Amino acid sequence: MSTGTTKLDVVVSDVVPVNDLVTRFHFRRRDGELLPTFSGGAHVVVEMRDGDLTRLNPYSLMGSPLDTREYTISVRRDDVGRGGSLFMHRSVKPGLEMVVSYPVNLFSLDLRAKKHLMLAGGIGITPFMAQTAQLAGAGGNFELHYTCRTASLGTYADVLQERYGRRIRLYHDDLEERIELDRLLSSQPLGTHLYVCGPAGMINWVRERAAALGWPPETVHYEHFAAPQPGLPFDVTLAVSGKTIRVGEQQSLLEAIEAAGVDPPYLCRGGVCGQCETNVISYDGKFIHNDHWLSEEDHRSGCKIMPCVSRFEGKSLVLER
Amino acid sequence: MGITFRKETFRDDFTFKNSPEHIRRFPFPFHEDAYMYAVNIEPHVVGPKGSVLENLIDVDEHYVAEMQDRALVLAEDPLRCQSLPHMTLAGWDLLELLMEQQALGYPEHFTLTRDGDRWRWINRPLGIDDTFTFGDTSTLPYGPMEYITRQSQGDFCILDQRDGNLWMDAGMVTTQADWSLDFDIGMNFFEWHAPVPLAHEKGIFVRALKFLTNIQQGKPARRLNWTMTINPRLDTSPENYHKWGPDRATVTPENVGDKVHLRVELQSFWRLPRSNGIVFPIRCYLIKMDELVTQPKWARRLHRVIRDLPEELATYKGLTRYRPTLVEWLSKLDNGSATSPGFGPD
Repeated sequence: MSTGTTKLDVVVSDVVPVNDLVTRFHFRRRDGELLPTFSGGAHVVVEMRDGDLTRLNPYSLMGSPLDTREYTISVRRDDVGRGGSLFMHRSVKPGLEMVVSYPVNLFSLDLRAKKHLMLAGGIGITPFMAQTAQLAGAGGNFELHYTCRTASLGTYADVLQERYGRRIRLYHDDLEERIELDRLLSSQPLGTHLYVCGPAGMINWVRERAAALGWPPETVHYEHFAAPQPGLPFDVTLAVSGKTIRVGEQQSLLEAIEAAGVDPPYLCRGGVCGQCETNVISYDGKFIHNDHWLSEEDHRSGCKIMPCVSRFEGKSLVLER
Repeated sequence: MGITFRKETFRDDFTFKNSPEHIRRFPFPFHEDAYMYAVNIEPHVVGPKGSVLENLIDVDEHYVAEMQDRALVLAEDPLRCQSLPHMTLAGWDLLELLMEQQALGYPEHFTLTRDGDRWRWINRPLGIDDTFTFGDTSTLPYGPMEYITRQSQGDFCILDQRDGNLWMDAGMVTTQADWSLDFDIGMNFFEWHAPVPLAHEKGIFVRALKFLTNIQQGKPARRLNWTMTINPRLDTSPENYHKWGPDRATVTPENVGDKVHLRVELQSFWRLPRSNGIVFPIRCYLIKMDELVTQPKWARRLHRVIRDLPEELATYKGLTRYRPTLVEWLSKLDNGSATSPGFGPD
């Protein structure tokens, strides 16, 4: 059976510019009912109909899970990306009818934690908006360290400080402020869980230091929010469905497969959940693997690809789809 | 038209019976004349009217008697209901799910009214009318999971999802087929399934876990499992083995029809929204052989399934001792004619 999610028909109820790069979008159900409850860290997949192109991008829900009258997401404009964020910024206005998925949580809180230590970088702040709201409502113990380029790009830093005061610590790159990570990780009470969401470099740094300082792996949680990267167009043969498709420059392989009427299962569309894993039947060329799911051995073998984020360059590629 | 709830017992004098309508809606678990493990999971969507799938949470004529039996089990052994400290939020998720589903499917028996976090729950069959604050444990007489599962048929396991695994961290388990929540509490998916024969070698649990950890909100799934029980006893727990184990030596050719019961579990799997846990309701249906064989197709098929069951499975399901007697009894109802495909009676 397909493990895709159920869809929700929504209407854009508000569009709020937050700063030079980030805009917030509010969605309500078209039928006026409440939206499904969710847990902090959950994302929805937003369907964008952009002319002939359909993009499906995941965004963390950032509202309070206690309020399901609306969902809110924040989108950082990426001028060199595949165009999804530009579409959101330019074309999505209040009143537009859109479709989003049911919430999916691949970055959930470990509710056993005696304390939740959160590290955010840039737009990686969004899942923590919901998680802090969830924990604050239940009297949970948390502390958030948030690095941003400048104060004016510190998305929601003001909101968070107003809500939670000293539990929020800010670090501004332009002022050369840095998280004293080793000191922070060495001074936590037993039973603390660590959560990190931000650029890949930050996630790797935090995971590496946590491991070096003896944090058990099951207490370290992270969410990569890698979007599919654009690249050169390439052709693919889908052996099971007997189709040959072209993957456009701004399209992901998964989107191209879907555009041909074939629907592999998916959840995260960001290379972490493993749902769309696809077997390679034959190839002549080289893979550009961008996922966090397959092992290095899988990547080297040339037998598997994650079509949501990975691409291909070369003469021919035949997939078991 | 409401359900007429039967007055009956699942212990001592064992007055449990199915009405003729309930015999026909019994979830017979064999779609062909043989049985082997499979990951037989399908979407848990509403099924035909008059079947146990008419509502996603089924309430039937045994509801009141089952809830009374559960109360007796809990009075003797409170450890049948446990919830580790981090599972309270999941308990509220479950309370919401069961109240919503029971009120939706059986408005004449259950009513849920919500005003923000102020909720009123009316359960007419059990004479309950409570107003409480959703999320505030102090406003209910029990924790949220215990409160609602004392009012819902079937066992409930709440699984915490973390580290790519599922953990049995809360549950209400009083109608189980020989497993113990008190023993399994805190175990992960592979640990609590360790005793199951054959399935590990087939890689079934690895695939099943992958499927379960990806269960999505709004898309529950289900499967059927089965075993057999002597006398209509809901509580066949390891804790009470001394009470029911010896029953298996009491089967004779004369009493097979009355004593031997097919026990079918309708297991469903639901993602819980606030806690991101999974709830796993295990709903037990019992039917005695005399009732089952009123459907000739089921009689023929059950004969063939039990006769041909691999030895390991028969042992695991605890049938060894009375299997020859049962097969002999069923064989007289099997004229060798073909059975139609599918689960339902002809």
